[in-house]
Amino acid sequence: MIKVENLRKSFGKLEVLKGITTTIKQGEVVAIIGPSGSGKSTFLRCLNLLEEPTDGKVWIGDQEITNRKTNIMKVRQNVGMVFQHFHLFPHMTVLENLTYAPMKVKGMAKAEAEAKAMELLRKVGLAQKANEYPSRLSGGQKQRVAIARALAMSPEVMLFDEPTSALDPEMVKEVLEVMKSLAHTGMTMAIVTHEMGFAREVADRVLFLDGGLLVEDASPSEFFSAPKSKRAQEFLEKML
Amino acid sequence: MGFGVNLNFSQFIPSIPFILEGVLVTLKIVALAALLGFALGIILALFKIGRIKVLTWLANVYTSVFRGTPLVLQLMIIYFGMPQIIGFEIDAFPAAVIAFGLNSAAYISEIIRAGILAVDKGQREAAMALGIPYKPMMRDIILPQALKNILPALMNEFITLTKESAVVTVIGAMDIMRRAYIVGGDKYAFFEPLLIAGLIYYILVMILTLLGKAVEGRMRKSD
Repeated sequence: MIKVENLRKSFGKLEVLKGITTTIKQGEVVAIIGPSGSGKSTFLRCLNLLEEPTDGKVWIGDQEITNRKTNIMKVRQNVGMVFQHFHLFPHMTVLENLTYAPMKVKGMAKAEAEAKAMELLRKVGLAQKANEYPSRLSGGQKQRVAIARALAMSPEVMLFDEPTSALDPEMVKEVLEVMKSLAHTGMTMAIVTHEMGFAREVADRVLFLDGGLLVEDASPSEFFSAPKSKRAQEFLEKML
Repeated sequence: MGFGVNLNFSQFIPSIPFILEGVLVTLKIVALAALLGFALGIILALFKIGRIKVLTWLANVYTSVFRGTPLVLQLMIIYFGMPQIIGFEIDAFPAAVIAFGLNSAAYISEIIRAGILAVDKGQREAAMALGIPYKPMMRDIILPQALKNILPALMNEFITLTKESAVVTVIGAMDIMRRAYIVGGDKYAFFEPLLIAGLIYYILVMILTLLGKAVEGRMRKSD
């Protein structure tokens, strides 16, 4: 579960998040959408403190991560993140990308970490690439590896920051398929995305951000068929 | 005797083994100084990019001083000057290692700093998002990528160090240069032994260059 209370974030004088309050329930899949500059990526990055909030509180499970006493490294082990540009470790093989953090951070034995990594690679359909370096993979394959890498830490929550925005169109589907099957496992997911079709089909809820504010919080069917705010209506007109 | 070219290499052939013994001295000084410079260079580079202002300042002052004064001066201060302060003599060999090590640390720290900054910011974020602490992140993720990028610059620094090590001759360490000079003094002819020394340095540098290329090739395997 993720709970956010009056979250604010400023970069210098620019206020990017102007007080956002919401709760993402256990097992819920939430799509975060909005025009560029609306603060959706910053919002997501505040959920594992890659950005430090200026004000407000964030809970992951029953831990308030914005409390200075919380060990943020421990919290991050529980919050997987997938980036727009993958950020695989280029000097490690695919398998090493998956086993490094479980072994180093969680102290998992090599054999166990590798067995788990191979299982995850099979799930994302890339077991045969285990010993390749990331530079040999296509964008879609890289992103599937990145998802598997995050899952290797057995997180309770997964954050996706525009996971398909940097992909060639023909590779978007393979990544969305992996995310869809992940959603079916009951994983709690927060996804910043421009894939409206995916948000409509897979998400339990849609958060629409604009100008640093949470403008709409609705089920996909409500949001896509009858958006309440004018901004959301305009946005959807452009997108669909 | 007259003007014109008057070189006689054959009389120096017996002295070549004596000069060659200096190779080991030079290599020892260079290798140890390179290790010291590299280790200290990493620490200084981490200070420079770190958040602790005092350490950043300290590392910047260090670099500025060691880059801003002649190497031969630093060497002489350590060899001739330091005994006044610490109360005991330092041998030429450790003095040379310390002087070259401290000096090259200043240059190496700049190379490494640039290398770390050139690593994609996303690498750091990905490591942070996985909950990887600072130390293993730097050691296993950021530095290996930084080193790969800066290998040519680093190799260049080691080559410079090899050549510059010839200034230890001023404090009497028995390196290639010093030995060539002694042989020249013996025979009242300097041109030939200095040429021989030059050839030896050139061969050493060529070997280093080839080694660097080989290491670079190995590190490129992930491309």
